[in-house]
Amino acid sequence: MMDFSTPPYLLQERISVRRVMVQVLLALLPGVAAYVWLIGPGIVVQLVIATLTALAGEALMLGLRRKPLALFLSDGSAIVTAWLIALSFPPLAPWWLIVVGTLLAIVVAKHLYGGLGQNPFNPAMVAFAACIVSFPALMSQWPALGLKLGFLEQLQIIAGLAPRIDVMSGATPLDALKTALKLSDGSIDVPTLLATQEVFGNFAGRGWEWVAGGYLLGGLYLWQRKLISWHAPFGFILGLSLLAAALWAWNPQQFANPLFHLFSGGALLGAFFIVTDPVSGCTTPKGKLIFGLLAGLLAYIIRVFGGFPDGVAFAVLLMNLCVPLIDMYSQPPVFGLKDEP
Amino acid sequence: MIDREQFRQIMDNGVWHQNASLIQLLGLCPLLAVTTTLVNGVMLSLATIIVMAVANVAVAALRNLIPHEIRIPVFILVVAALVTVVDLLFNAYFHELYLVLGIFIPLIVTNCIVLARVEAFANKNPPLQSLLDGIFMGVGLLWTLALLGGLRELIGGGTLFSGVDMVFPGAQGLQLLPADYPGFLLAILPPGAFILLGFLIAWKNWVEARAAARKPDSGADQASPLPLADGA
Repeated sequence: MMDFSTPPYLLQERISVRRVMVQVLLALLPGVAAYVWLIGPGIVVQLVIATLTALAGEALMLGLRRKPLALFLSDGSAIVTAWLIALSFPPLAPWWLIVVGTLLAIVVAKHLYGGLGQNPFNPAMVAFAACIVSFPALMSQWPALGLKLGFLEQLQIIAGLAPRIDVMSGATPLDALKTALKLSDGSIDVPTLLATQEVFGNFAGRGWEWVAGGYLLGGLYLWQRKLISWHAPFGFILGLSLLAAALWAWNPQQFANPLFHLFSGGALLGAFFIVTDPVSGCTTPKGKLIFGLLAGLLAYIIRVFGGFPDGVAFAVLLMNLCVPLIDMYSQPPVFGLKDEP
Repeated sequence: MIDREQFRQIMDNGVWHQNASLIQLLGLCPLLAVTTTLVNGVMLSLATIIVMAVANVAVAALRNLIPHEIRIPVFILVVAALVTVVDLLFNAYFHELYLVLGIFIPLIVTNCIVLARVEAFANKNPPLQSLLDGIFMGVGLLWTLALLGGLRELIGGGTLFSGVDMVFPGAQGLQLLPADYPGFLLAILPPGAFILLGFLIAWKNWVEARAAARKPDSGADQASPLPLADGA
């Protein structure tokens, strides 16, 4: 008797949005843990604020658009956006900053463009870009090193109940390096800076390098679970490190090494959690590679030669614009055809 | 002369149905650059209204004398002469405002709204109708720029009517939001103007869609699909 069992290509595990999102949140946990341990528990407050705001904004827009509330609220996509926003904003930012950013992401960047699966721009990066353009001072106040604040103190600062003293805010390692180079006017070089200033750790920013390592771990987990393909993260890391390595080889006095750039700012968070966004990124394998590569190159150019502390958000938004074009030219040939379609 | 129905149609087209900023999307350059405050937006609109009204009358009066082949250079000459007058008037009577608005007063010459109304309406209609068209197209521009300028000023800085002393000496702008409002800088920057204009257009479409849904039988005679088809 013939066996009419299900053909193997249909035996795949059915992957729902919800399951993917839960896995992405799980993959963010190592980074979050390192963040809490090394930088401070304030980030937990921000994560909670962002999550609540995202769910409220999502519910509001779903209600206005007359979409099923329970189905979309429980898919977790808003929570992932919220976490990415909280992780890219300064951990001691006032509460309203994260609320404004999250609402911009959910209401404007996600739902006004048609909701889940329709947004051409990565919502979290829209929030970051809009806020850093609008509130440059608040968005570049990062907690100074060695600042040991308890959970309650951090909560008070975020709630606006305690004064925001300038002493407790510093620059990110990337920003510190750029500013020091600009101010010194060539009299000081990068290796000296990296070795002497305490904001820099073993190979990147003190503390931040381990947070970035956490993201790397989470990203590798997502890759191992086949929830993301290697193309976009590999392209991004390749693009960023190639340009960094070229400039570093040419003038190591003026440009930091590729390792520093990979483990600073939002590079690894971007590589594994932002450029891998299945909605606003490319869909073809070759396209993902090109998308990541160009985003990495742009991120390096913007963060080193631009005015803002980091370039990942702007690079991703610019590349989001190019996605239809890249997808069009990177379609794999139809099976059986030798040439491009 | 002009009958009531014609008057109503010209007014309706200018102020709402074919609003220069929200429907025709003409003159976006001054719209983006000047509407950082309510006062700036209103004053530039007023200058544009004067130019449009007089230019429309002048071209309508001369419309049978202007050779068809070279009508565009002639229109531009007429408009440029009027803009020079307005430019000098602003310089003389609102000098501070003149410094703020800067190049955007002379640039009214190149504003597509002015040329569009001259070409599409005044060139084909008698002077009285053209005068009304110029005024009401300008009024449509005025309320849009005022609304956009007010929104950008309020969101971007928490104030309203700032700089009003440049028009009425002694008058004070309003500080509507608390003094420690951090200011949403994006609203002041050009991208904010684009985003807010998008919201205004969405709002207008929503109002019209709701009106159309309420009166299903009159849905056929909506605003004409071609933005510049009136008067033709």
